[in-house]
Amino acid sequence: MAMKFEKIGEGAYSLDVKGYVCPHPQLYTKSALSKIRPGDTLRLLFDNPSSGESIASMCDKNGDEILEQITDAGSFRWLIKKS
Amino acid sequence: MDAAQATLAVPKERFGTHERWALAVTGFFIVVSASVYAANELYVYLVAYLWFGFIYGMCLQGGRFCFSSAFRDLFAVGVPRMVVGIVIACVLFGVTSAFVTATGMSAFHPATWGIHNVIAGAVFGVGMVVAGGCASSSLYKTGEGNMASALVILSISVTQAVFVAIRGWSNKLVPQSWHQAAVARGLPDAINAGDGWMDQYLAGYVWNQPKGTYADLLGAPNESFLGAFVGNFLLGVVVPAALLLGLVYLFWVRKGFLKKWKRDGKPGGLRADLAGFWGMVASSKRTAVAGLILGIAAGLHMYVMMGIRQKFGIENAAQILRAIGQDFGISVKNTVFDPGYWYVTTQEAQWVGWVFQKLGWNNMDNIFFGLNNGIPNPLWNPADWMSVALIGGACVMALVHNEFKFKVPSLEVATWAIIGGFFMGVGSRLGLGCNVGAFFVRTANGDFSGWLFGLGMVGGAYLGVKFFSWWTERKMAKEMAAAPDLQL
Repeated sequence: MAMKFEKIGEGAYSLDVKGYVCPHPQLYTKSALSKIRPGDTLRLLFDNPSSGESIASMCDKNGDEILEQITDAGSFRWLIKKS
Repeated sequence: MDAAQATLAVPKERFGTHERWALAVTGFFIVVSASVYAANELYVYLVAYLWFGFIYGMCLQGGRFCFSSAFRDLFAVGVPRMVVGIVIACVLFGVTSAFVTATGMSAFHPATWGIHNVIAGAVFGVGMVVAGGCASSSLYKTGEGNMASALVILSISVTQAVFVAIRGWSNKLVPQSWHQAAVARGLPDAINAGDGWMDQYLAGYVWNQPKGTYADLLGAPNESFLGAFVGNFLLGVVVPAALLLGLVYLFWVRKGFLKKWKRDGKPGGLRADLAGFWGMVASSKRTAVAGLILGIAAGLHMYVMMGIRQKFGIENAAQILRAIGQDFGISVKNTVFDPGYWYVTTQEAQWVGWVFQKLGWNNMDNIFFGLNNGIPNPLWNPADWMSVALIGGACVMALVHNEFKFKVPSLEVATWAIIGGFFMGVGSRLGLGCNVGAFFVRTANGDFSGWLFGLGMVGGAYLGVKFFSWWTERKMAKEMAAAPDLQL
């Protein structure tokens, strides 16, 4: 259950922070978004519900677009496009 | 496309396994409530604690309501939603508390205030960031199936139970003035107040500090309209809360909002700031609504508990425990911990204290257990009923929203949980309560010590965030260095 940040395609990245509690998912997401380029996408996998609320607010504040939010039995898969 | 439009849920049965489990958990609490009430009507006292705990759990989970998140997310990722939620809850709890106090139905007593509140808050604040949640959110996250949070609760509980009972070597850390003052108190013979750091801290220092409420500033009794509504509510809650929101808007929200506002071709000025301020308040509807319900429920809780006490002619739950034949672990003052409102950490210390007692540790000769709170059997401890039901309420909410997941922590997460729980345990004993008992309840009731503990929590949260930001960046740098295609 270690954090995993990887490139999964041209301009597409994945961050897996499943198993982590606050504030790790928020901080890793912030860090990953700061590393990729504008227009790139980040597939975010996490399973700490409260982190989602903070990450959505962070994206809204920074202008990053959440393209997809999938919830499945306590696991979340989001697709974020960096502004 | 905005987030709401993109939200998807994996298709599931209309009334599937999760809903059945939610019904089973709710049914369990209903059956317990009905059964004990049928056995003896006095149990309604414990049942009331139970259902308020259940409501707290539902609100906390539904609103992702975490006191730790308030300042942690503000410092870490610039998100103010939880500060707003807490302010709303404090204001609503404040107005209901003012009503309860003015009608003579309040069980609240102010604590002493001083620098110890700030220090305790800071220790607690570091702990809640490291642990991944405050004392109350650790309970609700346990209800989501998060075993890291259960570990946090265990760590808080054990730390407190040990911290309040340590004797011997800890006396070397006690100033002589504390020792003399503690001994001079003349406490009952069963309590050895001159031995042990915590006892001497309480009887030799904390109890000698002043107590006060904002009503006192006006020279009005707490129970008067002037004292309750103008002093404790307006001066003690509304004014500081408005100042806090103003500062958060000014330093974290205003710049970004005005940039967007001007980009859309709208004029600046007061109208823009008002729109920005309202946008901040309304940014997370679910947190705001949870805060609103939580605030009202917390005030109503005080009213109901006092009402039941008056109905049965009792002052403390120990009288009920004796009446139902559960008199183990009652303090020398013939009391058990029975706040009459929402509380979290004391009952966590009690259940471990009870276990320690059963294992042979005589821990009833200290002030915390022996004089004030007792160590009743956790099965009959009213405050424990509240905490267990809080976990249950959160579990139900998580199940119906498809957010329940049983998670076993990794070694890293478990380590943070234990360390964070330790700091929260120490902080809550130094501050005589946690984010709920020492901050939320006291703030809403106009107690000076509430905002002081909050101030300390902010400082502690800042330090915790600084540490975790460094830790996260370090791990991210390692991850990127190991992957050639991540050389961005």
